Amino acid sequence: MQKVRIIPTLLYNNSLVKGKNFKSWRVVSDLHTMIRLYNLREVDELIFFDVNAGENNIIDFELIDQFADECFVPLTIGGGVKSLDHIENLLKVGADKICINTASIEDPDFILKAIKKYGSQCIVISIDYKINENNQKEVYVKSGKKKTGKLLEEHLKEMSDLNPCEIILTSIDHDGIMDGYDLDTISSMNSISSCPIVASGGAGSCQDIYEVIKKTNVRAVSSSSIYHFTEITPLDVKRYLNQKNISVRL
Amino acid sequence: MNTSKLDVVVIDYKTGNVDSILKAISMANYSVKLSDKKEVILSAKKIILPGQGSFDYGMEQLMKLELIDIIKEQALINKIPVLGICLGMQILADIGYENKKKTKGLGLISGEVKKISTNLKLPHVGWNEVSFKKKDKIFFEIKDNKDFYFVHAYYFDCLNPNQILSTTNYNFNFPSVVGNQNIYGFQFHPEKSLKNGIKILNNFLKI
Repeated sequence: MQKVRIIPTLLYNNSLVKGKNFKSWRVVSDLHTMIRLYNLREVDELIFFDVNAGENNIIDFELIDQFADECFVPLTIGGGVKSLDHIENLLKVGADKICINTASIEDPDFILKAIKKYGSQCIVISIDYKINENNQKEVYVKSGKKKTGKLLEEHLKEMSDLNPCEIILTSIDHDGIMDGYDLDTISSMNSISSCPIVASGGAGSCQDIYEVIKKTNVRAVSSSSIYHFTEITPLDVKRYLNQKNISVRL
Repeated sequence: MNTSKLDVVVIDYKTGNVDSILKAISMANYSVKLSDKKEVILSAKKIILPGQGSFDYGMEQLMKLELIDIIKEQALINKIPVLGICLGMQILADIGYENKKKTKGLGLISGEVKKISTNLKLPHVGWNEVSFKKKDKIFFEIKDNKDFYFVHAYYFDCLNPNQILSTTNYNFNFPSVVGNQNIYGFQFHPEKSLKNGIKILNNFLKI
């Protein structure tokens, strides 16, 4: 049976950080210590986002190279990816999957080209959304700073139709609050997507993670704050889920 | 024995990340080269076909590099151990049906590569169990039903049941390890499957 994937997300902004609602970043730990810990604790995958790369238009390939060398589980890299050259170079330094966010709005054709060249298994789309002033779910880009005017459902459908490897779906309103996932949205988006959805944003306890799996049928969950600000490890989460009869890799 | 011989060649046909597989082989203390050169391939004691992406693109690349005959000759006549991983496994088949095209494969293990037909999400991505169907040295010291890392939307429909060494379930059972004498194929990525992945890769390297 396919196992539910428990995926820590590492956010990098000159050091390892974590924010609330994509703001008020706090430095949480040394990157390499973190990777070593995660490898030992046998996480299922890792996601690494360079928060700075998008803003500065510079991807730190050297940093990612070092990072990938220490990483023995599937590694998704995101932040500032805008061209086929970026993808090529990230794959060369050891990324397994490339995550694209802002460019999926600004240049949807690029996603198509990337999938054609590198295959579906390589391209991950990340979608950040929040409730706008009209009470609608709107897609935001540039690390949550820029409104796009595009509604979540429309964008998610368009992206899922391109057959990427998966879509990482993050509620900006829930991110870093550690009070549970946006269950209704994740559930409805998961039911219209033909590719796997990775639920992201809001986990504060093992129970939160259990609920998002049980109530939305997603098979992959990413989280960050829970591992930085509590004593809970990915292994604890898996043991908890296992006790509740959710099949995980132990 | 010629000690200067290269232990493993990983065929470079420009299909995705091969960094981890090279790293895994050198960490097991075998000499390894990534190459598309005939003389390097001929000098290697083992051949690994890596790869991600589509069947037709993979075969097209091998054709352009004029490597199809040489791989077949090494596998079938010189009995050099060959391992295909993910796409590399799929192109061992006779035929592939990807991108609405019928493409001829290497024909080293009889079968066809078809799209997974399921109401579950595609691709099949993540950790899943490998259930043994045959006793084989490739599984030495690995327990039955252990998890390996998969990412694929097509599967190898192997026509000879004796060549299906293990299956994995994603709403249906598909072959996850196929084997025909000195030729093996893994649908999962051993280089991304931690302890058990490294073990099965080492079992191949020890052949």
